[in-house]
Amino acid sequence: MQMPAPDARVMAKKDHVLRRLMAVLPEDAVIHDPTATRAYECDALTAYRCPPLAAVLPASTAEVAAVLKICHEERVPVVPRGSGTSLAGGALPTADSVILGVARLNEVLEVDYPNRFIRVQAGRTNLSVTGAVEGDGWFYAPDPSSQLACAIAGNIGMNSGGAHCLKYGVTTNNLLGVTLVLMDGTVVEIGGAHLDAVGYDWLGVICGSEGQLGVVTEATLRILPKPEGARPVLMGFDCSERAGACVADIIRAGVLPVAIEFMDRPCIAATEAFAGAGYPDCEALLIVEVEGSPAEIDDQLALIKRIAMAHDPVELRESGSAEESARIWLGRKSAFGAMGQLGDYMCLDGTIPVSALPDVLRRIGELSAEAGLRVANVFHAGDGNMHPLILFDANAPGDLERCEALGAEILKLCVDAGGCLTGEHGVGVEKRDLMGVQYRPEDLDAQMRVKDVFDPGWLLNPAKVFPLEVSAGRRAG
Amino acid sequence: MMRPETEAELAGIVAGAERPLQIEGGGTRGMTVPGDGDRLSVAGLSGVVLYEPGALTLVVRAGTPLAEVGAVLAAEGQRLAFEPMDHRRLLGRDGVPTIGGVAAANVSGPRRVQAGACRDAMLGVRFVDGRGRVIRNGGRVMKNVTGYDLVKLMAGSRGTLGVLTELAVKVLPVPEAAAVLVMEGLTSEAAVAAMSAALGSPFEVSAAAHLPEAGETWLRLEGFAASVAYRAGRLGALLDRFGPARVVEAPDEVAAMMRRLRDVEDFADRPGDVWRISVRPSDGPRAAAAVAAEAAIFDWGGGLVWVLVPEGHDIRPALSGIAGHAVRVRGAGPLASPEPAPLAALAARLRAEFDPRGLFNPGAMG
Ligand SMILES: Cc1cc2nc3c(=O)[nH]c(=O)nc-3n(C[C@H](O)[C@H](O)[C@H](O)COP(=O)(O)OP(=O)(O)OC[C@H]3O[C@@H](n4cnc5c(N)ncnc54)[C@H](O)[C@@H]3O)c2cc1C
Ligand SMILES: Cc1cc2nc3c(=O)[nH]c(=O)nc-3n(C[C@H](O)[C@H](O)[C@H](O)COP(=O)(O)OP(=O)(O)OC[C@H]3O[C@@H](n4cnc5c(N)ncnc54)[C@H](O)[C@@H]3O)c2cc1C
Repeated sequence: MQMPAPDARVMAKKDHVLRRLMAVLPEDAVIHDPTATRAYECDALTAYRCPPLAAVLPASTAEVAAVLKICHEERVPVVPRGSGTSLAGGALPTADSVILGVARLNEVLEVDYPNRFIRVQAGRTNLSVTGAVEGDGWFYAPDPSSQLACAIAGNIGMNSGGAHCLKYGVTTNNLLGVTLVLMDGTVVEIGGAHLDAVGYDWLGVICGSEGQLGVVTEATLRILPKPEGARPVLMGFDCSERAGACVADIIRAGVLPVAIEFMDRPCIAATEAFAGAGYPDCEALLIVEVEGSPAEIDDQLALIKRIAMAHDPVELRESGSAEESARIWLGRKSAFGAMGQLGDYMCLDGTIPVSALPDVLRRIGELSAEAGLRVANVFHAGDGNMHPLILFDANAPGDLERCEALGAEILKLCVDAGGCLTGEHGVGVEKRDLMGVQYRPEDLDAQMRVKDVFDPGWLLNPAKVFPLEVSAGRRAG
Repeated sequence: MMRPETEAELAGIVAGAERPLQIEGGGTRGMTVPGDGDRLSVAGLSGVVLYEPGALTLVVRAGTPLAEVGAVLAAEGQRLAFEPMDHRRLLGRDGVPTIGGVAAANVSGPRRVQAGACRDAMLGVRFVDGRGRVIRNGGRVMKNVTGYDLVKLMAGSRGTLGVLTELAVKVLPVPEAAAVLVMEGLTSEAAVAAMSAALGSPFEVSAAAHLPEAGETWLRLEGFAASVAYRAGRLGALLDRFGPARVVEAPDEVAAMMRRLRDVEDFADRPGDVWRISVRPSDGPRAAAAVAAEAAIFDWGGGLVWVLVPEGHDIRPALSGIAGHAVRVRGAGPLASPEPAPLAALAARLRAEFDPRGLFNPGAMG
């Protein structure tokens, strides 16, 4: 993976830029000491690191605007950052860039139950948004597994999903409004507590734009009343085809589970060794969770079990209590931790049509054998969002490269099957150079035109999403 | 009128166009200002490309009649979740509404409060931009964050950024049962409070509307029959403080009520202009009062207010203190709340990027 060489012009005027930033921010909000900027040298894609020129931590929209205005005038690249949990390198700096962190913008601004929204500053963590309303029986639906740490800002940047998005949608479906600061410092209000746009759907294109169109400082989010209850059922199958067919049949039957999670044999084995959840010894396992009152749950699970029986499950285990529910979820929730015990791993995020599941799993098995690297599969089956985990040894020379090559093959497979490179983690730098697999040059050009409109100088997070050779002319201009 | 039969033919027409184009779907006249553009119909690009009921996805050409889409889905017990309105009666027009026209106007009906808008159901698009190039964005899978979401940008863009040729949409199963709780005699303020209580309950209300002239407040529940019955009981008890509720369960009756609401039938045969106002639900009654509406209908729990006003009456100045926006749906030409200046500037630049020769629907989108 290449990053553009730092702009010598910017590097040469570092002190000048710092002085200007310090004139508009409190002293402790401008971080430039080389040991301190190291805290911002990477996000959760730790394979790539580079300390920034400086990191700034503004505490208001006005301060964000002041910072951007200066960087715009000085033509210094800016990388917006929430909590830095991106798995795609979305918040990875370049040496000539200023990291603009929104962590100090973490207040709740307004909670309105009759109108079903919460307005927060964008640096607030995902889980603490739900935390602000759950005592009153409400929640914010998108729930990435990183929700304890990740910020709403990053969720909007990546259009993040979560375990419950089969029923409730991803970030874009739950975002009502934002305060956005453009690269030249202009502050714009988009959307709000009312629904839909009168003009173009700006919210729709900002969500998932990976910090390349503007900096989000506030967000209005839809909140939902908590369901009366939820309960999972676990099923084991002796082949992934059966599990895949069972998923399709459940969806067709008109039940709308909140989650349908899938694990394959390597993943089951790893989590059993790690967490001992008591999962059956089988090729494919599904966890299906439904919501409602106890009677509604009984009815839905009865239907789901009837459907599952037609696919010859080797095991069918319905939760009868909160403890049993927790046990059913235990293995799934510790899957990433369990894989971490086995070594380094890379987590892919391709999405495929559910119907392609058995074929794609078989091909992944073949590719894994050819590459000599183990792959475990755990994913959101209801919406086809796969998370193949490739195990490798970061200390073994050449292993990372082999792992990346296998990852690229698997993602190409997803695209060929009618899917996409990334379902929820974003492109960042990780999948940047594969964009040509999914999109033709004119498709990428159309997307880059949107960036031209918002950020004509290509200063906001410029080295991400689009292959460098494709964006070269624009970044230089 | 030009009526290409293939995407390539359409792209050729756009590439070679020397005068503005008035893009239309299935013949119900569009929302563009009548101008001197050449009419370009997308109706020739019709038909289902791919339908996977087990994956809840439908890929369809943009000129496909909405009725055909509905029939294809109904055969598998599925439907478009966002419940698009049929404008023909309200606007006094005939013609064949197309799925592309619905997407280009982001038309969503009563179920928007639960299932999201048209734009939320749109998974992928193909369109021809102002240079005559075919652009693809999104795909046919439920989750996709690969690059920018131009699908959302195309939704509601009224043909000003490109001509849609193909759409991938998420569909949902038709539930086993539906029922409507009807409450009578509530003031608009009390009705909005009751609807807020209902939408703030765990009982999954899929439509919440107040029809002041009929004196009725409607709350729709959908799902498995036993579950609908259970939730109707619980919801009735929850709303007891607002007065008694009766439950309408007969499928025909429920369908007729929802059609009446969705298509704003109550305003169809009455003179005057019709506007739709989008505000936060609790501001709904205030908005209707501010514009001195002759009649109002509150959908989306109060957040969508349909108002009937005298012909030619511009309601926008009266709404200036209320956050939200208004669009004239029936009347002389398009009229909508202006966007804030920085957004209007972005819109002009965006349009210039996608349609540098100013071919598409001049006059639409301000
Ligand atoms: C253990 C683990 C589990 C995870 N599980 C999930 C999961 O289940 N689902 C999922 O979708 N993701 C998951 N992720 C990925 C990651 O947590 C999400 O992408 C998250 O939304 C990133 O949020 P952040 O605040 O950390 O953003 P960052 O990593 O700081 O930034 C993410 C992107 O958003 C941009 N950005 C940040 N702030 C702003 C702003 N103010 N304005 C504009 N752009 C901005 C950045 O430039 C960057 O491109 C997981 C990550 C980890 C480490
Ligand atoms: C706020 C609002 C106002 C409305 N006002 C009117 C109105 O005044 N008159 C009316 O007939 N309907 C109006 N509609 C309804 C809407 O046009 C119809 O519900 C539906 O789109 C009809 O389909 P159609 O195929 O007949 O579309 P058309 O009436 O042919 O087109 C509707 C709009 O979409 C554009 N369009 C159609 N097909 C495509 C395509 N393939 N690619 C790109 N753009 C396309 C048209 O240029 C036009 O701007 C309105 C809807 C809303 C939400």
